[in-house]
Amino acid sequence: MLAALSSFRPAGQDGTERMADIHKDLMARVAADRDREAFRELFEHFAPRIKAWLMKSGADHALAEDLMQDVMTSVWRKIDLYKPENGSASTWIFTIARNIRIDRLRRASSRPYTDIETLDMPSDEADGEETTFATQRATIVAAALSELPVEQREVIELSFNQDLAQSEIAQRLDVPLGTVKSRMRLAYSKLKSSLEALQ
Amino acid sequence: MTILHHLDDATVMRYASGDLDEAFAAVVTSHLAMCPECRRAARLAEAVGGELIEACEPASLPAGAFERMMSQIGEIGRPDAPPPKQVARTVAGDVPAPLQRYVGNSLDAIAWRHIAPGVRKHDIALGSKSTGKLYLLNIAPGRAVPEHGHGGSEMTLVLSGAYRDELGRFAAGDIADLDEHVEHQPCVDPDASCICLVATEAPTRFKGVLSRLLQPVFGI
Ligand SMILES: [Zn+2]
Repeated sequence: MLAALSSFRPAGQDGTERMADIHKDLMARVAADRDREAFRELFEHFAPRIKAWLMKSGADHALAEDLMQDVMTSVWRKIDLYKPENGSASTWIFTIARNIRIDRLRRASSRPYTDIETLDMPSDEADGEETTFATQRATIVAAALSELPVEQREVIELSFNQDLAQSEIAQRLDVPLGTVKSRMRLAYSKLKSSLEALQ
Repeated sequence: MTILHHLDDATVMRYASGDLDEAFAAVVTSHLAMCPECRRAARLAEAVGGELIEACEPASLPAGAFERMMSQIGEIGRPDAPPPKQVARTVAGDVPAPLQRYVGNSLDAIAWRHIAPGVRKHDIALGSKSTGKLYLLNIAPGRAVPEHGHGGSEMTLVLSGAYRDELGRFAAGDIADLDEHVEHQPCVDPDASCICLVATEAPTRFKGVLSRLLQPVFGI
């Protein structure tokens, strides 16, 4: 599998993958030594993006900054739960931000979401190259996202970035709920097949 | 455990984006705890979220934001103290880990309420913002649940035993991730009772006269 993956390096994606690798190393330094300088670098990259992301979900500047602080504080506190073989740093940080958005922006309960993260489960990836694979997955997902048809990209952004429920997206776009779901399924299966093409 | 029935891809995306009500999130995460295949699917969908954050145009932060945050972290714990080690839980018992905070870790210890012949129910309390309902059903061997359609979406995760309906056989770990218009009539295997975790969005409407009589009793 890895041989196939290594040969897949379109020129434009080197940057994404290099960045994902740098973040992985920074995360490892924070986890191993509570390295504040490494954490500062992660903060400088992620904090402004998390704030921007929270503003897309409807938070104003002050609230977005406040919630961003919560997110980055959790990254620092929960760093031992990060398993690089399960995904890139950005994926893990997204899940923390998502859970905080559920709790504090939507004021609902993220309990099931947070509980499953503390589970000690064996890695689901098959071989010893899984950590490399997780970083490459980030690259592939980024590429696949940019190639989605506009209408699929739209439902993904409305749900992930703007925090709209699928039923709200249906209203917003004036299409049946089933259409939103099928766009989601199509987008997901494209992502999945671009990953599987490499395995 | 061989799992044959998995999450719908649209549900995987809903899960990843955080668009699941607590009731449905509890069922989905319980399935994830049992199913490596859907865990991989969920991670892929979450990678979408990660890449969307990467793609955000960075917002400006006030100068000294990092130092201020670190000093606040220091105030909560000891200054410069390492974060407390988060110990991941390894889970025992026959209740999936994400469900344990709601019902404890043993199905044998559940307090059941008799609601119809051969059917017992255990309601699970959720946070005040939850609009869905979450409950366990314990259905006796060989029992058929009255045929019903769904007023909203419904998810059923089998925790023990098995049942069969129009969609196939559902055993431990299998999830029925149903759209609103599906109608089905589950029938439990003859050799053991079936315990399921169910999330519903809206009251289930039973078909047929007898079923309609049962509905108030069932309360589902
Ligand atoms: Zn599954």
